[in-house]
Amino acid sequence: MFGFHYRLERNTIGFVLAVIVAASIGGIVEIAPLFTIDETVEEAPDMRVYTPLELAGRNIYIREGCYACHSQMIRALRDEVERYGPYSLAVESQYDHPMLWGSKRTGPDLARVGGKYSDDWHVAHLNDPRDVVPQSVMPAYRWLSRTELDSDDLGLHLKAMRRVGVPYTDAMIVNAENDAYGQAAPGSKRAPGVAERYGEGTNIRAFDGESDRLTEMDALVAYLQILGRLTDAAYERKTEAEE
Amino acid sequence: MVSRLTRGERELAIGILVLLGFLGLAMTAAGGDGPLGIHGLVVIACAVGTTFVVIAGLFATEPGDDRLSRYYDDPSKVGIVLAIVWGVVGMFVGDWVAWLLAYPEMTFDAAWASFGRLRPVHTTGVIFGFGGNALIATSFHVMQRTCRARLPDQISPWFVLLGYNLFCILAVSGYLMGLTQSKEYAEPEWYADIWLVVVWTAYFLLYLRTLARRQEPHIYVANWYYLAFILVVAILHIVNNLAVPVSLGHAKSYSLFAGVQDAMTQWWYGHNAVAFFLTAGFLGMLYYYLPKRAGRPIFSYRLSIVSFWGITFFYIWVGSHHLHYTALPHWVQTLGMTFSVMLLVPSWASAANALLTLNGAWHKVRDDAALRFMMVAAVFYGLSTFEGSFLAIRPVNSLSHYTDWTVGHVHAGALGWVAFITFGSIYAVVPRLWRCREMYSARLVEVHFWLALAGTVIYVFAMWNSGIIQGLMWRTYNESGTLTYSFIDSLVAMHPYYIARAVGGLFFLSGAVVALYNVWKTARLAAGEQTEAAGDTPVAAPAAAGSLQAGE
Repeated sequence: MFGFHYRLERNTIGFVLAVIVAASIGGIVEIAPLFTIDETVEEAPDMRVYTPLELAGRNIYIREGCYACHSQMIRALRDEVERYGPYSLAVESQYDHPMLWGSKRTGPDLARVGGKYSDDWHVAHLNDPRDVVPQSVMPAYRWLSRTELDSDDLGLHLKAMRRVGVPYTDAMIVNAENDAYGQAAPGSKRAPGVAERYGEGTNIRAFDGESDRLTEMDALVAYLQILGRLTDAAYERKTEAEE
Repeated sequence: MVSRLTRGERELAIGILVLLGFLGLAMTAAGGDGPLGIHGLVVIACAVGTTFVVIAGLFATEPGDDRLSRYYDDPSKVGIVLAIVWGVVGMFVGDWVAWLLAYPEMTFDAAWASFGRLRPVHTTGVIFGFGGNALIATSFHVMQRTCRARLPDQISPWFVLLGYNLFCILAVSGYLMGLTQSKEYAEPEWYADIWLVVVWTAYFLLYLRTLARRQEPHIYVANWYYLAFILVVAILHIVNNLAVPVSLGHAKSYSLFAGVQDAMTQWWYGHNAVAFFLTAGFLGMLYYYLPKRAGRPIFSYRLSIVSFWGITFFYIWVGSHHLHYTALPHWVQTLGMTFSVMLLVPSWASAANALLTLNGAWHKVRDDAALRFMMVAAVFYGLSTFEGSFLAIRPVNSLSHYTDWTVGHVHAGALGWVAFITFGSIYAVVPRLWRCREMYSARLVEVHFWLALAGTVIYVFAMWNSGIIQGLMWRTYNESGTLTYSFIDSLVAMHPYYIARAVGGLFFLSGAVVALYNVWKTARLAAGEQTEAAGDTPVAAPAAAGSLQAGE
């Protein structure tokens, strides 16, 4: 063995190839099957895609680095399930390009934060977390309410998402900007189209409390309120287990 | 610096810079007033600034052919200085965000100053800015010596070094504008990623070309590690950053993978960034500078072979230990855990090889702070690889994951191992690069050593405490069978440790500032001294044959 190596380390190309082979095997064995084994991601026929407003909110969540302190992955451990809700399933992040599972909980997990608090609570909390949680160390995000949402290219965003495999329809892409406005302006004539394209269960509310302007706050709160609610698969599995 | 380039090389440099300027112009045109457009302006500014430097020296006297009889160290010098500057900046931002966790109000109501945007500035600044520049600078130095051959040309090392720094600048300025892919340690967007691939290809070719010119039959072990670092980081970088941009005029992109596949790819990348960037590259440093400084040969050649291939083969499997108990299939978690435990063997083999090399030179470790930096690095390498294997065991991970314990572990490795071996190597290489006998002040090296050690120990102990307390509080049940503590209770309990951690970081940062001063003074004073180290010259290349015999 050492004799072989004695010769190998005199040959640059041979050595390079050996490194490539040795360093590739593990990744190929662990990653490639995740795309081919069907059980890796559960079936969830009720799984829906993010609305344009929610996607914009998700992009703000990414932009501000929220994932650095908040995970979105409840592990299959008793205390986590009791604290945060049913453990996360692979299918729940099926359309997450990229995933935001996170690696650190300086703040709590957010995988099932959707619907847990009111919109008003989120707005107050994002404007100054210490107004609602005095001991919080989260930064204040006051500029979200001040900043209009950049929505004119949302159609392009949906198109790019479709290119990586998310089933957005042509109608969704064409109406992306309208739907973003409609979702935050209930009663407006743009609102019904949102429910039509994304389902009756979609939250259509003035998330930041004002329906006349579309802010980054609207988008981020819309996103936070859908977390864990794109499918009921995790709850169904929990009920099955209890029975 | 420019005066050491030939006239042709100076013109080539200007040509490349003009191309780069046009590239920036194209980015500005496509990106408009969006972040891509602003980055276009950054590229133009860098290209124009560097062009001015080259033009200022364009008509200087050309170097004679005797330049070929000496190693080409100018890029290494610049790289070392850049590394320390990035280190000071990156560590400052790190300490700043550490204080933010104790006193969260210091964000001036500005988006760029919030924790989420500054944190990647810290990680990129220290890993890629400090670590990357140190790796590039030392690899140029080491490969020339161990091949006994000069770099094949004088332009590609500059392209690699400065191009790499452009990548770092695009990355860091992007985060402040809110540009990130959100993948940890792979945050820069698609165009910066493509630029890095170009730079990295030039780096790889430069390495191969130098190896092809070598006058030694064997490739020395330090070069195995540098090679593995260059090669595997390229593979990881390309695969993990596969993404579709919103359009060619948008800075934003969407990752090709989603959910569980994306998570596995990200941590395959993430953990092997630790393996091949923060371990393999720096083991390359260790295998050259430690034996040189100690004046002892490597303890065991066979141990080097076993640990090199063990690290190369095992590490790639272990990324899934970041995803225990998650929606990642159980079999992948188990594989990751198993290989993580096995990885301890080659890791400790490397650490032991380094420490046993010091046998017979322990009196030097006592007297020479530079060598002591390297010794402590090997000890921390052993400690943090043990901790890593331990934390990868599934039930242990159930407690430690998501807590500050992980942060403590990372910093035991990053401060205790990576930064210590880097500073040790810098103190060993700076006098040789600037051709003077020793550092400006040996006492300041000593001061730096104790500041760094104290900072690391305070940091790591603070995070061990906070992490374990946090993990235990999250899973404590009261007598009626419900959870005892709310999340916010656990956060309040962290406060004293967050302050302690920030103090530890301040110690470490102060040490880096001392290093910057010491290196700067050494470089300034060395201009007058110029002692030639015996034998520090390449073996005559055919072109210059006959004109020199040194080193033979």
